[in-house]
Amino acid sequence: MSADFLYTIEVILNGLMAGVMYSLVALGFVLIFKASGIFNYAQGVMALFAALTLVGIQTGQVPFSHLINAIFGTNVHHFGWQVPTLLAIALTIGVMVVFAIIVERYILHHLVNQEPIILFMATIGLAYFMEGFGDIMWGSDIKTLDVGLPSGGSLWLEEYTLGWAAEGEQYYGMYLDKLDMVASLVAIVLVVSLTIFSQYTTTGRALRAVADDHQAALSVGISLRTIWVIVWSIAGFVALVAGIMWGAKSGVQFSLSLIALKALPVLMLGGFTSIPGAIIGGLIIGVGEKLFEYAIGPMIGGATENWFAYVLALMFLVFRPQGLFGEKIIERV
Amino acid sequence: MSEPLQKMEAASKLLELKHIDLSFGGVKAISNISFDVLEGEVRAIIGPNGAGKSSLLNVINGFYHPQQGEIWFDGKQRHSMKPYQIAYQGISRTFQNIALFKGMSVLDNIMTGRFTHMHKNMLWQALWKGPAEQEEIENREFVEHIIDFLEIQAIRKTPVGRLPYGLQKRVELGRALAAQPKMLLLDEPMAGMNVEEKEDMCRFILDVNDTFGTTIVLIEHDMGVVMDIADRVVVLDYGRKIGDGTPDVVRNDQTVIDAYLGVSH
Repeated sequence: MSADFLYTIEVILNGLMAGVMYSLVALGFVLIFKASGIFNYAQGVMALFAALTLVGIQTGQVPFSHLINAIFGTNVHHFGWQVPTLLAIALTIGVMVVFAIIVERYILHHLVNQEPIILFMATIGLAYFMEGFGDIMWGSDIKTLDVGLPSGGSLWLEEYTLGWAAEGEQYYGMYLDKLDMVASLVAIVLVVSLTIFSQYTTTGRALRAVADDHQAALSVGISLRTIWVIVWSIAGFVALVAGIMWGAKSGVQFSLSLIALKALPVLMLGGFTSIPGAIIGGLIIGVGEKLFEYAIGPMIGGATENWFAYVLALMFLVFRPQGLFGEKIIERV
Repeated sequence: MSEPLQKMEAASKLLELKHIDLSFGGVKAISNISFDVLEGEVRAIIGPNGAGKSSLLNVINGFYHPQQGEIWFDGKQRHSMKPYQIAYQGISRTFQNIALFKGMSVLDNIMTGRFTHMHKNMLWQALWKGPAEQEEIENREFVEHIIDFLEIQAIRKTPVGRLPYGLQKRVELGRALAAQPKMLLLDEPMAGMNVEEKEDMCRFILDVNDTFGTTIVLIEHDMGVVMDIADRVVVLDYGRKIGDGTPDVVRNDQTVIDAYLGVSH
């Protein structure tokens, strides 16, 4: 095999794995949009908040320590203990469920039957509130997230593929990030279990029912409020997974909330209402931007990854506004 | 004495509305309406367009909360309740404009009707094996029974969005029946159907009433149908009750005739 061919494969594989990371964020959007028709602007901040909380709990930080110190003149920062990773994750899930209950109780409940744009505005408010709240609660310094995930390139793969290139060509083996591979596995498990849950369980059926028709769902005894809490909890859980993966990759910092922006083109490709769409949209964008950068980037000065996804999304908006898998809106006249 | 009247005397009141008032802002939809529904009867609500029939159904169903009046169901007075809680009390309904879960199969749609009978919590469901699976199988059996009853075996797996109108109405009836309700509310079950579909639907409604003993409250425009299948009829006009009694009594009532023929008020 020629080295060029192997490089291309490497680029595609890396693109797929980058795409998985985008999909993880997009997934949270789709879940909430399907169930309640709300475009949740706060999804990215939820991922940040979940990651902050996880690090905070894990390292035994005192929540609101800056606030407490400022008011009482004390100097507390740490409890002085370390919480085991699994326990910390479980506690963080608990925090996200409480968060879902609060969102339902104090925001959604008061905005039932309002225009989508109003609900959208409410989630923008929520996003900024959470950003500030996360700041006060856990501090604004950049934290490292260590949940025991492997990192760095896979040496095994590099050595294994070293001899693949044709003789006489320079080739140093394939470079794949271990963290990306783990993220891909986690994402696959997550999507499969979410799909099974929504297809084959009573609650899953209720979720789909609410997504389809609120009135009819009420009439068969489904409580919208309960379903919304469940949906926001699941979205919180997905945000936590995305937060862990992105946090482990590039540190837990406030720019983490901007990954939500990367999810937008994914959603435009995949459609806002389709879970498989979010995954495949993410993969297309991941592969597309890496391949474009590899093949065409050098000709036009590089740094195409910053804009490629958005241009692709723009083209989709023009030619196929419902996305690849979104429901086509047909209105009877 | 005619047969429906005998049925009435033996039965007790399943639902009683007392002096119900409902308005939206300044518009009065229902004023001072009282009537009762006996256990096991087929009760029709009729009236010209805009008479407040659907509003009344929504009051019974808990979608609307009347400003005044009392609602008694199954011997207990109802205090303001959410629609989903009313489903747990044993009231199911269908809608005037079909409200099915369009993306889901016929089977799944009717399964959602079993929601009030499935109690295993989410953790069991997430595990899937064990109690949750057992519960699913039991309820599935009941749903298959309903599917047989409504003669829709052939379309069990079809997404309902693809079905013709008449069949969708039948699936919606199936979903309501799956809850094994004490009382079934049907909002224009025969609207937009052809003669054959209407006959089928009439047969199903009477069969439901006979075999399951379900009390039925229905809104219908087709007078012939109403006179055929209803035990008693309530007539509404401009949000007021203008007639109440057996089909024969109502048919010959002068106020009712005026309302339908459009005598000026």
